[in-house]
Amino acid sequence: MTTQTKSNGHGVQTEEPKLWQLRLYVAGQSPKSVAAFANLKRLCEEHLAGEFEIEVIDLIENPRLAKDDQIVAIPTLVRKLPEPIRKIIGDLSDTERTLVGLQLRSSTK
Amino acid sequence: MTKTVTKQKASPPTSLPKCKTGIPGLDEITGGGLPKGRPTLVCGGAGCGKTLMGIEFLVRGAMLHNEPGVFLAFEETAEELAQNVRSLGFDLDELIEKKKLAVDYIYIERSEIEETGEYDLEGLFIRLGHAIDSIGAKRVVLDTLETLFSGLSNLAILRSELRRLFRWLKEKGVTSVITAERGEGSLTRHGLEEYVSDCVLLLDHRVEGQISTRRLRVVKYRGSAHATNEFPFLIDEGGVSVLPITSLQLQHKASIERVSSGVPALDAMLGGHGFFRGSSVLVSGTAGVGKTSLSCHAADACCQRNERCLYIAFEESEAQLLRNMRSIGLDLEPWVKKGLLRFQVARPTMNGLEMHLASIHKQVEAFQPHLVIVDPITSFLSTGTDTEASSMMVRLVDYLKSHQITALLTNLNHAGSVLEQTSVTISSLIDTWLLLRDIELNGERNRGLYILKSRGMAHSNQIREFLLTENGVQLTEVYLGPEGVLTGSARLSQEAKEKATAVQRSLEIESKRGELARRQQALEAQIAVLQLQFQTDKEEMERDIASEQAYLEKLEQSRHEMARSRKADSNGLPAPTKKGRK
Repeated sequence: MTTQTKSNGHGVQTEEPKLWQLRLYVAGQSPKSVAAFANLKRLCEEHLAGEFEIEVIDLIENPRLAKDDQIVAIPTLVRKLPEPIRKIIGDLSDTERTLVGLQLRSSTK
Repeated sequence: MTKTVTKQKASPPTSLPKCKTGIPGLDEITGGGLPKGRPTLVCGGAGCGKTLMGIEFLVRGAMLHNEPGVFLAFEETAEELAQNVRSLGFDLDELIEKKKLAVDYIYIERSEIEETGEYDLEGLFIRLGHAIDSIGAKRVVLDTLETLFSGLSNLAILRSELRRLFRWLKEKGVTSVITAERGEGSLTRHGLEEYVSDCVLLLDHRVEGQISTRRLRVVKYRGSAHATNEFPFLIDEGGVSVLPITSLQLQHKASIERVSSGVPALDAMLGGHGFFRGSSVLVSGTAGVGKTSLSCHAADACCQRNERCLYIAFEESEAQLLRNMRSIGLDLEPWVKKGLLRFQVARPTMNGLEMHLASIHKQVEAFQPHLVIVDPITSFLSTGTDTEASSMMVRLVDYLKSHQITALLTNLNHAGSVLEQTSVTISSLIDTWLLLRDIELNGERNRGLYILKSRGMAHSNQIREFLLTENGVQLTEVYLGPEGVLTGSARLSQEAKEKATAVQRSLEIESKRGELARRQQALEAQIAVLQLQFQTDKEEMERDIASEQAYLEKLEQSRHEMARSRKADSNGLPAPTKKGRK
């Protein structure tokens, strides 16, 4: 099973060992949320082509879900897999920091 | 003072609406509670009770005022929180189940978070909003928002979001409490007071002389009158209670009813009827003058009237007190068994002053005594400074007075100190002051009692000797004689001496009387002798006179006869006798 989930949304499950499972928390269609999603998509396609899935959760629709991942700031990107869990807050406009946060690049760079 | 009181009482309808916290005392000093629908900042150092005050605000709101609340915890999980306050009798789980309370734990760890560009705290808003809406909360506690400062690095965003948060809370119409750590030179470490400007409470936990005291101060309360002093508060098994000095208003009723002191002679000294009900009585004296014995008499008298008495002892255990009192013929045990007498025995250093005061308050509320004995108040000195101890005593005495409870306080004077001075300088609060003093004379030490003052009654100005007998305390008149005031064996010996003198005097009188009688007798005898002699003389003289007369008569007779015999013209007349003589 080497299905590549290029797309956004509630992706297809794979058992690829290098799968990146990402969850993006947003609040409605605020500019920051929209920007975060666009940035994330771009970034993943550049660096994790075919090895990621993104789940977007709108807290305005599901406020209950904020508790589980301890969401305070919006937007927040949670790297569920690979472990450990990492959280990246902000609109992901700072690509360098996003990559560091996702541990795609060492922070010393 | 009365002016401000009436003002406070009159103002609530016109001033801003308030939200009762339900925390004892806090509503009084804030004039009715926290500002309704507005945020209140509670700040203080670590361990000063911020979280607990927050929790209690919610719990009491839910239980007493039917206002559900949300607790947003940044530092402890809901389980930890529930566990921590269970010891105070708050069952958070039950309240959560009843939808009276919602607890949300917010965890922010900087090391797990990377910040990339613009963000806001909408997540926090959503969670809080969801929690509020799910139970219809009227109260919110944020404990403590400052964790955000350590979790997030973009201060500009944080600050603007906090400002938005408080605006949002106001719009929601919830009464909120925001706790914050106290900072150096400012109220909070991160300047939260900038955002929360309606009401600021400052908690403080000070340790002086190894004894800690918690204090609370209303730093600011916009749009409302409030007390500005520092008020001690405590946290015990019932939660937080603030102890305002409300009764400094001096508005207690004055009873004209009298209660016996338990010592009839003392009652007699106090205008014949004893103390006024609800008055404060101080018994002061040096060690071993009988303060405790006198107190126990009062307790006994109280129980005999079928009234309750709370005895707060700092020096002796209950068993020891009971045993010792038995030695002076006072058996208090039946009263204890009957539930009329209750002892509260504690070492003074066990608690801080405020804790003592609060535990006394609690006992009084629970037991509803008519008489409270504190033996001795001087013990409070060992747990605080003079000013603290006297301020505490002021509050205690006022509290008891306002409840019309007679207070009997004993004060231990240290040898060499001025007797007419209490160690905790509360003399001016005292209505009746009994002074027990020892009188040293002729190598022995005796006790004397006198009334230094007693407001509102004609009282004796005499010193009485205070005796501890098998039948309890007794007062006897001291010996007042030409040699001054004498007590004890000096009095006894003086009395004996006087008795002896009296006996001697009476003997002397007796003997004088005897002598007088004898003299009279002698005199009478003499008189008798003289009379006898006179009688004899008289008789002799009368005899002489008689014989003289008889002689004369005879002479005349013979002359008469001679004349007759000599012819003479005897006309039978006596004249011839004369003639005849010529």
